[in-house]
Amino acid sequence: MRALRLAVLSAGALLVLFPFVFMISTSLKPQSEVFSAGLQLVPANWAALENYTKAFTRIPMLRVLGNGVLVCGLIVVFQIVFALPAAYAMAKLRFRGREALFALVLLGLLVPIHAISIPLYAAARWSGLLNTLAVLIVPFTLSVFAIFLFRQYVKAIPDDLILAARSDGLSEGAIVWRLLLPNAWPAASAFAVFSVVAHWNDLYWPLIAISKTHLATPPLGLLFFRSAEVGDDYGALMAATVVITAPLVLFFLFAQRLFIDGMTMTGLKG
Amino acid sequence: MSANLAARLRRAEARAAWRLAGPAAALMLLLLLLPTLAVLALSFTDAELGASDISFLGLDAYADLLTDRTFRGALRNTALYVLMVAPASILLGLGLALLIEAELAGRALFRSVYFLPVVSLIVAMASVWQYLMHPTFGPINLLLRMLGFAGVNWLGSSDNVLVALALIGIWQSTGFNMVLFLAGLTAIDRTLYAAAEIDGARSAWERFRLVTWPMLGPTTLFVLTISVINAVKVFETVATLTQGGPAKASETLLWVIYQEGFVYLHIGAASAMAVVFIVLLLVVLLIQTRVLDRRVHYT
Repeated sequence: MRALRLAVLSAGALLVLFPFVFMISTSLKPQSEVFSAGLQLVPANWAALENYTKAFTRIPMLRVLGNGVLVCGLIVVFQIVFALPAAYAMAKLRFRGREALFALVLLGLLVPIHAISIPLYAAARWSGLLNTLAVLIVPFTLSVFAIFLFRQYVKAIPDDLILAARSDGLSEGAIVWRLLLPNAWPAASAFAVFSVVAHWNDLYWPLIAISKTHLATPPLGLLFFRSAEVGDDYGALMAATVVITAPLVLFFLFAQRLFIDGMTMTGLKG
Repeated sequence: MSANLAARLRRAEARAAWRLAGPAAALMLLLLLLPTLAVLALSFTDAELGASDISFLGLDAYADLLTDRTFRGALRNTALYVLMVAPASILLGLGLALLIEAELAGRALFRSVYFLPVVSLIVAMASVWQYLMHPTFGPINLLLRMLGFAGVNWLGSSDNVLVALALIGIWQSTGFNMVLFLAGLTAIDRTLYAAAEIDGARSAWERFRLVTWPMLGPTTLFVLTISVINAVKVFETVATLTQGGPAKASETLLWVIYQEGFVYLHIGAASAMAVVFIVLLLVVLLIQTRVLDRRVHYT
């Protein structure tokens, strides 16, 4: 029974890893071997240097990766900065308009960016933001999902804790950043993982808003790389996919608990 | 406390609340509510980007959409894609979670391996799959030929292209479903299994049927909802690999909305499609809420 279980799990793992193995193997091969010796994993003649040189030079690869890091990083910072105070107000304070705000949050949970990209594009064009890094960030500065998630977390924090902080003379802003943020840290880090994975992968909005290679994020950069390619140069393409996949995968391998717990928490709440 | 003071305190609390929530509220208005209303308004027109005259079509805009062959094809393709990806990735995710849960050795390793596709850039992995599925020198067909089967034209044939995209989608999302099921499994009270055994549930299957499956109900419902919504949103693989082809066989909902709005610049028609897209998502979420309300909770 146990042997069978291990056998099934191992076979499945091999299937999952199959694309990664061939991605790395092919990134080391010269063109001729890609066509002739497809199942040979170790190349007879190495072409790693040529392939990876092409990966870094055919498009400004480091710039593209940097764009991705900058855009995803700023998005997640803005999202938390705007969402946590709002979540606190909606969870713990009484004010007129609270229900209307919550209705907006629910609307936001329903409507994805894809559905409202036309007016957002028109607004970006009108304000001259097309083909800037700002256009990749501004539409995502507010995450209703973050408000939703943090609101549940803040609700669970005892009122006494907040009252005590207030009588200690903490301002409402200080309560958010010095009391709630440390308490909501599991939710914040889970949300950060979710947000980074989502925006690192997003192709739809960058494809609409960016047409210049040096402003591309990784997914769009790879599309530019593919269209700059002549013929079936799979060696160079696979080298580019290795380079572009590596950052998030390495991040995941070093912080597995954070990733899996984060995706689980946000997945089940979302 | 006098009534006056109480009223003053309430006003102070409301002011503080709006200072905290104000920026988020303003952004929700600008980035969410106004664009949504704009899409709704545009959906009743024949607006085109760059054209100066707009005429109001009203519900005719939606009637046109329902007879539009491209749109109907996209709905059909998206539905087929969802029907392949959601059940397969859920069943595989559940199966893997059960196997990993029962296995002590190598648990963390297996979990990480299966999760790897979730954190891999979709556009990049789509490119890898394109190579793997290449009709002549792709490793998949080489393996098939070695085993004596005929090679398959995966992405280049209108009969196979949706299946090929679905295989990539299943590969991508199974690990995510697996970790959600693993979280659901660890939340099940161990004593229930002992109780079931005393009540005569001897086989593993009986224990699964009597304890695991009902206790996993809420998790399964969430996984189903997320899987369906994510599959409906398929775009990256289509944009990277097939551009909707061959012969429109892989045109999906988001792909045609993108084409209509940003390539042909028919923003009226694209908006109507976007509204249908939102309504479809709403239906999925309403079904989820209804099932959730009706379902017997065991906890």
